[in-house]
Formats: sequence, C-alpha cells, structure tokens
Amino acid sequence: MTLKVKVRVNGKESTKEVEPRLLLVHFIRDALGLTGTHVGCDTTNCGACTILLDGKSVKSCTMFAVQVDGREIMTIEGMQAADGELHPIQKAFWENHGLQCGYCTPGMVMQAAWLLRENPNPTEQEIRLGISGNLCRCTGYQNIVKSVQEAAKAMQTGGKGRR
Amino acid sequence: MLPRTFQYFAPTAVEDVTGLLKEHEGDVKILAGGMSLIPLMKLRLASPGYIVDINRVEGLEYIEESEDRKALLIGALTRHHALESSALTKKRAPLLSEVAGSIGDPQVRNLGTIGGALAHSDPSGDWGAAILALRGSVSVLGSSGERSISIDDFLVDTFTTALREGELITRVSVPIPPEERSGGAYLKLERKAGDFATAGVAAQLVLEERKDGDYCTYAGIGLTALGPKNLRASKAEARLLGRRLTKEAISEAASAAAAECAPTDDPLRGSAKYKREMAGLFTRRALELAATRARTHRRRGAR
Repeated sequence: MTLKVKVRVNGKESTKEVEPRLLLVHFIRDALGLTGTHVGCDTTNCGACTILLDGKSVKSCTMFAVQVDGREIMTIEGMQAADGELHPIQKAFWENHGLQCGYCTPGMVMQAAWLLRENPNPTEQEIRLGISGNLCRCTGYQNIVKSVQEAAKAMQTGGKGRR
Repeated sequence: MLPRTFQYFAPTAVEDVTGLLKEHEGDVKILAGGMSLIPLMKLRLASPGYIVDINRVEGLEYIEESEDRKALLIGALTRHHALESSALTKKRAPLLSEVAGSIGDPQVRNLGTIGGALAHSDPSGDWGAAILALRGSVSVLGSSGERSISIDDFLVDTFTTALREGELITRVSVPIPPEERSGGAYLKLERKAGDFATAGVAAQLVLEERKDGDYCTYAGIGLTALGPKNLRASKAEARLLGRRLTKEAISEAASAAAAECAPTDDPLRGSAKYKREMAGLFTRRALELAATRARTHRRRGAR
C-alpha cells in the first residue's frame, strides 16, 4: 500500500506515492533525486542527513517520508540563491576550509543554518554544543567552528542572512 | 535499514487515536517524536503492523500553568527543545529546562517528545529522573476514559510502564516548586556528547532559613541509568528531609543513593561498582549545586 506525500522542497511543491516505511532521507535522495543529503550512520548519530523541516533541523534518517505530507523541507540544494550565489554559511565553509572530505558538510551547513536562526550570535561553546549532533571524522571541528563563527558575522553585518 | 512494512495512520483527533489503538490492539504503536521507535523499527527489534502517528493531533503540544498556578502542565507531544527554551519552564521549573537541554543532540531535541520518552521508559532516559525529582504525574487516555498516574507508579520496569493497551499519554503535570529558596540540578556522566548516560542524577531541593542554618523542606532525587528503570533515591531523600542541610547531610544522602541504586555491569559504560561510585559522586554534586541555586534563588521584585 502506498500513500501520497505532498511536500514543499526548497520552495517547490512535489507529490509522490510512497510506502509508509520509506525513510525521509531515501525519499529525498531517491524519489526527489536530491543527493546532497547524505546517509552516514543511518542510526541518528552522525547528522549527515540533517535537513530543515518547517525550519527546524532534523535527522532525515529517523523520520518516515509520510510524516512530511503537507509540510516544508529544505535541503542543502536549497541553500544557494537562484543566481548560484552561495549562502553565507556555504561561503564561510569554503573560505575557512571548514571541510576535508566533505561528507558531513551538507548536514553541518543545515545544522548551522538552524543554529544561527535560533541564536544569531553564538559563542564558540554554543556552536560546539549546537553541532554536537553532527560528526566529522576529518577536521577535528576547528575549522567547522570557525566557519560557523564567520558565517554568523557575515550574516549579521552583510545582511545576507536571508534565511 | 528499512523497517518491515506497516499500515500508517495520522489522525487529527485524540478520540481517533484511542479508536485506532483499540482496533489494532496488540500490533500497534504510537509514533510521537520517533527518536526511539524508528531506530527500533529500523533494527527490526520492533515491527508493529500498525503505526498511529500522533504528530497531527491537535492540542497535545503545550507548556502552561494550571489555573491555580501550582502545576506546570506539559502536553505529551511537547518537544524537548520547547522545554529547553521555554521562558515559562525556565522560570517556574528550571530543572526541566536543564534536563531537556541535556537530552541527545539538538536535532533529536527538535523532534523527541516528553511523552514519548516517558512511554518508552528507557532506564537511561532523562525525563523519568526529573519527573521523579519533582514528583510529577502522567495523564493517560484510553477508550474507557482518562486517569492520572504518579510517576512512581507509571515507571514499572525497563521499557515497561503502567500504560494499558489502547492508552496514550496526553499530559505530564509537575508541581511548581516555591518561587523562593528552591533549586534543582541535573548532572549526567557521558562518555561523549550525545551519548546515553553512564549515570545521571536529578535533584530538587526546597530550603527554609532558620537561625542555625538552612533546613530542607523538600527533597526529590531521581536517578538515570542506575537501575532497571529511572529510580527514586528515597533513602537519600529521607536523609535530607526535615534536616539541616549540612555537608555531612549531603554526604550521607549521597552514600544512601549509591547504596540503594541498582546498576548493572555493561561493557560500554562500565562496571556496576564504578556506576555505584558515580551515583554517590553525582548525587553529592547535584545536591550541592541544587542547594547553591536554592540559596541564591530569590523572587525578583521587578517581575
């Protein structure tokens, strides 16, 4: 038995027929073709699959696709502007070398987006706690924290905090 | 990992939830935040044939004071993050905010719910300890009506509560500690950020200032990951209640908690002996912090 899921994804409406047991992350990757959202641990630990659901960060490996019917999600693909300009958070990760292999990066960026909306001017400690649900096995987090700090500054002074 | 197939319902009225629970009794699970249920289903440790998603049910997500302002009423579907950040919770029952902020990680707190966590009755869960320390209760609704169960009776055993087939939690009620000279603290030992507790202690104290010192007029102590379920350290509480809160009294209470808890050896988080020691240490630290907070906690005239 399948159910219809109508969801707004990165500002665009999509309707798909899904099995209730389909996980949201597979819906995003396989049904919608948005492969920027990664499957890491598949056990709610690593945060690589983090997306925004109605503006709140969630781990999409631990939700069923049917649960988002009628709701709005944003993935990493929705972060950059229509003209291709990177979101200030993406730009900060780029400029501060906030990644090495890049696998955790989409989740980190989405979590940072939620964190900076909740707390536009976080301390280093608040950033570290804020990304404590996202694992990076390369960087030791130093440049990720720096990237989020720089993004916070850019979004406050540059007026680029459009989301 | 893919769960087994199931039939999915997402009712909007609470009566429809109880109806569906009755109809599919024995093979149905409620989906709230899903932070425990979905991993269990993915690992196929649980494979219910029917899922009743309550996230669309109206009126289950709120934090408010009771009419007499003596209790904080929390809708079962209230997310951990809401309790962590709510101004009302921070002001009226700050222990709850502290506990909420210590659960899992931010994404888990954005989805996970207080009702779901209590219904799961994981001995490593944080809410049970906090609600024990505050002597709260749980309201449950079934097709035969609503009942209220004290937290001590609600938590029965590991993954086992007093919920009957066909019942769901609708609300958690917590008596609000007095505005003055009350303090709470939740301390938890974790191997790493976001891990389940190796040991945790929730403490709530109310003090009364007398000539020869502060007397303890309320003591609530709940333990995390130190037994088959969240435990009340009742002997430790008894060592404090009605007594002058001295260093010695706190030490005696800590020793009592270490003696009365029931930890088990586990290969990940340490031996029973180690956990018992941590129970004593963390009880002492939690009581000291709660006492410090109680002594500095005064009504602010401006409010």
